[in-house]
Amino acid sequence: MNEARKKRVALIGLLVLGVGSATALALMGFSENLNHYYSPTEISEGKAANATRVRLGGWVKEGSLRRPNAQTAGANVLSEFKMTDRFRCVSVRFDKILPDLFKEGETAVATGVIGPDGVLAADEVLAKHDENYKPPGVDDYGKVADQRVAAAGGNVVDCAP
Amino acid sequence: MTPEIGQIALILALCLSLVLFVAPIIGAWRGNTALMRLSTPAASGQFVFVALAFSLLTYAFIAQDFSVKYVADNSNAELPLIYRYTAVWGGHEGSKLLWALVLSGWTLAAAAFSRHLPETLRARVLGTLGLIGSGFMGFLVFTSNPFTRWLPPMADGNDLNPLLQDPGMIIHPPMLYMGYVGMAVPFAFAVAALLEGKMDRQWVRWSRPWTNVAWAFLTVGIALGSWWAYYELGWGGWWFWDPVENASFMPWLVACALIHAQAITEKRGTFVNWTLLLSIAGFSLSLLGTFLVRSGILTSVHAFASDPLRGAYILGFLGIVSGGALTLFAIRASRVRVASNAALVSKESLLIVNNVLLVSACFLVLCGTLWPLVTEMMGTLKLALAPDSAPLPKVSVGAPWFGANFGLLIAPLLLLMPLGAFTKWNGDSFSNILPKLKFAALGAVIVALLAWLSIKNLNVKAILGVLVGFWIIFGTLAFVLKRLRENSSAQRFTFEMLAMSCAHLGIGLWLLGVVLVESLSVERDVRLGVGESVAIAQYTLTMKSVAHVSGENYEADEGVFELKKGDSLIAVLKPQKRQYRRGNVMTEAAIDPSLSRDIYVALGEPLDSSGKVWAVRAYYKPYIRLIWLGALLMGLGGILGAFERRLRKRVEATAPASAGFPKSADTQVAV
Repeated sequence: MNEARKKRVALIGLLVLGVGSATALALMGFSENLNHYYSPTEISEGKAANATRVRLGGWVKEGSLRRPNAQTAGANVLSEFKMTDRFRCVSVRFDKILPDLFKEGETAVATGVIGPDGVLAADEVLAKHDENYKPPGVDDYGKVADQRVAAAGGNVVDCAP
Repeated sequence: MTPEIGQIALILALCLSLVLFVAPIIGAWRGNTALMRLSTPAASGQFVFVALAFSLLTYAFIAQDFSVKYVADNSNAELPLIYRYTAVWGGHEGSKLLWALVLSGWTLAAAAFSRHLPETLRARVLGTLGLIGSGFMGFLVFTSNPFTRWLPPMADGNDLNPLLQDPGMIIHPPMLYMGYVGMAVPFAFAVAALLEGKMDRQWVRWSRPWTNVAWAFLTVGIALGSWWAYYELGWGGWWFWDPVENASFMPWLVACALIHAQAITEKRGTFVNWTLLLSIAGFSLSLLGTFLVRSGILTSVHAFASDPLRGAYILGFLGIVSGGALTLFAIRASRVRVASNAALVSKESLLIVNNVLLVSACFLVLCGTLWPLVTEMMGTLKLALAPDSAPLPKVSVGAPWFGANFGLLIAPLLLLMPLGAFTKWNGDSFSNILPKLKFAALGAVIVALLAWLSIKNLNVKAILGVLVGFWIIFGTLAFVLKRLRENSSAQRFTFEMLAMSCAHLGIGLWLLGVVLVESLSVERDVRLGVGESVAIAQYTLTMKSVAHVSGENYEADEGVFELKKGDSLIAVLKPQKRQYRRGNVMTEAAIDPSLSRDIYVALGEPLDSSGKVWAVRAYYKPYIRLIWLGALLMGLGGILGAFERRLRKRVEATAPASAGFPKSADTQVAV
């Protein structure tokens, strides 16, 4: 093998190593870092049992927002609310400030981990951004949930506020 | 009447960009000088008409002509005058008009500063820019006309998104677009060189200043966006790995690689094909970014109003422009046969490592950004094949994945950075390079040790970051000192060396900012009543009162906070919670900035009906300013690089006419 060829081989080796390690890095921990979107119905039926992190999309249940330590001076902010697709609902706990556009009755996305008590401990809550932005899939969840409501003979109350 | 004139101006601009595309390309092909020379008036005319359309749209905003749909959608009678100017690019159509204005500005600049180029090359560069211009003018005229009438006119308009009613928004989009669109110029040079069939280093020499300037604007534009997000979105973060951010970051990474690749090709005449490919990739990624943002195909918190037709148009345009350029590359590139004779340890090798890492990082960001799209398509496919199966869940890729992997890929790049300036072209040895950097290494170790001993809570990652940050800073300063010591005043620094030193120092500062903010930030979201205090880092923040204030087009609750360190008053901060009269709610954070730390206060939401108890965000962000200061230095470096005299020379006497030249002809030393 002559000098020039050796160098070319070294160079190609370097390129393969670079792109290869990039791919390896990318694949490492990829699945743990994927946020899967679920509807409240899917979560309450245990479909997210194996997911480490979930992204819950839906409507914020009217009248469900609570602030357990609103009377304690200097306490960390804590909000509890329920998210619904009009068929089932899931409780969410969030210890940061809710976004400006967060409103009961509007759509939102909460990302976090579901605890053994079935409550989603969220580390991020996104609210409907403007008229043009809706969390992906929320309309589909609504449609699926409406079918389930109809199948159950109507008048299903998803949860108490 | 003026909106119609604006529309006619746009159509005329489209016609002129078609002339700019067709005439010079045919002229260069047939050797027809008259046709080639049409490029200058066509480029000027295109700019004049786009500028006219832009001015008329601005006029419609100032005069509040709500019979124009775009104006009615993005402003109203109460909007303060200054934001009527910026509202011009506050929505889709207007921001695309700004894009077209910037593109025609670049085209005009390319026409003005290319008179010394060979006539055919110049014609082909301008013709390629004309093709891109035609695509964008067509996009405006056929899918995104900002002058569409809305009759009968609305009595009052809607509103400019309050997020955009901010001084940062005045300057961020124009800067970013200058960078994004500026990548079209090196792209045009690459295509012109391929059409010429003369892929020597000469075209690279002429293309380098353009790449530098475009990259500088892109850097500053991204930094301004990050700064704006920091104080305006009210979350206190500076980068979110959001698809829209990634869309601007990918061309930045490739442009950064291109700047270094162009240095090899121009100085050594090798890696011509790679440089061509990167020039094509840079602008293609700009277009891809536009497609991702405009089509609404990716769900982003920043996603704009989306329209499938617009997405399809840009995708088709991307196919023509990038596909065409790549086909041309496939046909022509095999003609270039220049083997590098450089030794394994050489400046060439280091620059290649730089390129491999930057391109890999770009690939990583691309994968993470497109992955949700891929799973969605797989989901659709699965449903089409088996309609009864359960749909695949929709996914998004979390920011921690981007952060961790990007950091790992970029770490070797940062470590090797100071070596580049000290390594000779063609061949060198570590025993020769490393002693020159021993004081820089020692200094970095000492600073890192001091940081470790004196700052509590500094994690291992941050200590390593400080070490590498100062390694870059001291290593770059060592190069500056070496030049000062060893050269007489006349030949101490070329603009190129100043540019490199500036940009590398910027990277060092940026890195320090990133690791220190990440490691030492204190973020508290607390419930606070009037008269109560919260402690953050060594400061105390007391809420003195919350009062009602009125702005020009909003009502607000304004908190008054006293920031104290011990007993001394540092600042009075007044964050606002604004209710715009059109219905939008906005958080206006108050920041006490300084180089070593920011104190950031924002009002969350009232927690009871009295209005005296609030959820309050109180953040301590040490050294966060270094992030943007570093970016500014990088931008300054990019601009300085464009002043390099050597790059503006006419045709170099020693440069051979075609690809390939003897290596002995080129024995310039360092950088």
